[in-house]
Amino acid sequence: MKGIVGIFKDPDQLLHAAEQVRDRKFKRFDAFTPFPVHGLEHAMGLKRSFLPWVTFIAGLTGLAIGTGFQIWTSAFDWPLNVGGKPFISLPAFVPIMFELTILLAGLATAGVMIITCGLPNLKAKIIDPRLTDDHFALFISSDDPLYREAEISELFKKAGANEVRMV
Amino acid sequence: MSSTEVVLRNAASLAKEPLIDPSKSYADVTNDVCDPVERFPTKLWFKAFMVANIVMFIGLFCMGLTIATGIGQWGLNRTVGWAFDITNFVFWIGIGHAGTLISAILFLFRQKWRTSINRSAEAMTIFAVMTAAIFPLLHTGRQWLAAFWLFPYPNSRDLWVNFRSPLLWDVFAVSTYFTISLVFWYIGLIPDIASVRDRAKNKIRKTIYTILSLGWTGSARAWNHYETAYMLLAGLSTPLVLSVHSIVSFDFAVSILPGWHTTIFPPYFVAGAIFSGFAMVITLLLIAREVLPQLKSYIRHVHLENMCKVIMLTGLMVGYAYGTEFFVAWYSGNEYERFVFINRAFGPYGWSYWTMVTCNVLIPQLFWSKSIRRNLKAMFVITIFVNIGMWFERFVIIVTSLHRDFLPSSWSMFTPTWVEIGIMVGSFGLFFTLFLAFCRVLPMIAMAEVKSVIHGAKHEEAHK
Repeated sequence: MKGIVGIFKDPDQLLHAAEQVRDRKFKRFDAFTPFPVHGLEHAMGLKRSFLPWVTFIAGLTGLAIGTGFQIWTSAFDWPLNVGGKPFISLPAFVPIMFELTILLAGLATAGVMIITCGLPNLKAKIIDPRLTDDHFALFISSDDPLYREAEISELFKKAGANEVRMV
Repeated sequence: MSSTEVVLRNAASLAKEPLIDPSKSYADVTNDVCDPVERFPTKLWFKAFMVANIVMFIGLFCMGLTIATGIGQWGLNRTVGWAFDITNFVFWIGIGHAGTLISAILFLFRQKWRTSINRSAEAMTIFAVMTAAIFPLLHTGRQWLAAFWLFPYPNSRDLWVNFRSPLLWDVFAVSTYFTISLVFWYIGLIPDIASVRDRAKNKIRKTIYTILSLGWTGSARAWNHYETAYMLLAGLSTPLVLSVHSIVSFDFAVSILPGWHTTIFPPYFVAGAIFSGFAMVITLLLIAREVLPQLKSYIRHVHLENMCKVIMLTGLMVGYAYGTEFFVAWYSGNEYERFVFINRAFGPYGWSYWTMVTCNVLIPQLFWSKSIRRNLKAMFVITIFVNIGMWFERFVIIVTSLHRDFLPSSWSMFTPTWVEIGIMVGSFGLFFTLFLAFCRVLPMIAMAEVKSVIHGAKHEEAHK
């Protein structure tokens, strides 16, 4: 990860800078903020996260496993008469069907989110320790085809960056 | 007074009380919240921790005795087969519910006041569920065989667990609840652990918090997915928390025992769980504010007052359920049902019933008064009464329904032994030990969320 970074004190300045970077058609850039700044995903032109699909599919999988496993064990693998109830006593299976739906959906959402964010990455480069405290940064990678150091530095400074440096 | 003045004065009284001390900057939040994690603990913290530890060891000793010799150490008998242990189990599971309500349901309702208290409330949930899980495990008698009874795994006898049993539903509900709560709590912690990591001076400290933070950098691309995942987990936790105490109540409601066999149990249990959980959150936060004074700018009267209002509402719901139960017992025309309820209120355990009614229905009514809702000492005492009341509620449901069954020849009384009392007291020691340790090693307030509340407040100010 090499490139140029502008550090801001005000999240609103960061938002405006991000809009300009987006409008100038930069592709390989990112922002670093201590808290989720609302509107930043729009300012950077990020797409909606695909995670709801993961939750939905994992939830359905959990539901299918919960239903299938209970029916298989109670009615096929070892059918056991419990209080004269039918082998497939569907209403009694509902609680575990529900719990497994939630369990799989939750674990998959969290797991896929962590992987999508590129975590765990214990060697992640920390641009500046203040970025998890009260500073905000905009970063453009030197791999970007439109990368021109002087121009970007100018843009960051105009947008109100306190510091601009190479990392 | 001119009419403009009146309007202005009314507007001022309607203005919202700030959720965070308005003088606080982003950096102040980081400094204040990380401070207790980075310095040597206060004397008061140390004293509280030592007391909790001693109490915990009393409990561990009694648990050890139970495991070594069997549950004959307890006061259970042929008629009263469930008593202290199941009471404690339901009590502790219930405590956890407020944490999920604050972290998930209030999040979906966009209640900003939750941000100061959600982290500690979620921690409370996890520790309460851990404490609760001990009791059914001890109750199995031979704990080393528990997996055989509780989980469906391929065993040498090819037998499966009985999926039609509410006790098994409970295993799935409680373990799912614990897992999802833990994941939700941890996901919330990641950005804050990264803040602690970036402040760390010491190398070992830095390594530990780097591992715990998974290498979070606060990238906006990551925040985009993170926020979606957080909302999805909140959405999943909401029906989950309602299901957990409903399923716990099925342990009773699915049986045919008069006093247990009733359809009002699921909503009644959920309301009671939120009621007792909020009381415990207030008790814990009042202690935390004393032992870690930096938190006073974040956990303010407005948060505590809001929680008192929830306690009042859920207390009324619980009181209404008590009334409905009596009405239905009479209206059912079933003499066994009627006997159980008359015996509950006027039989040999009548004192526990009236303790419950006094603590749960009468005492929380004091919160109608605004001055009491803002008086920390009064709040501390009332919330402890609520928890005593809610403990007795479970005791009343379990023991009074069991002790006089259909055959008068088998009627009996239950008296706890010192071992049972020791385990119950010890469970509080375990819970407080875990909570106080948490205050020392992890940021107790969701910094990232508090900062976004400050950011939002600045914007509102600018638009005025």
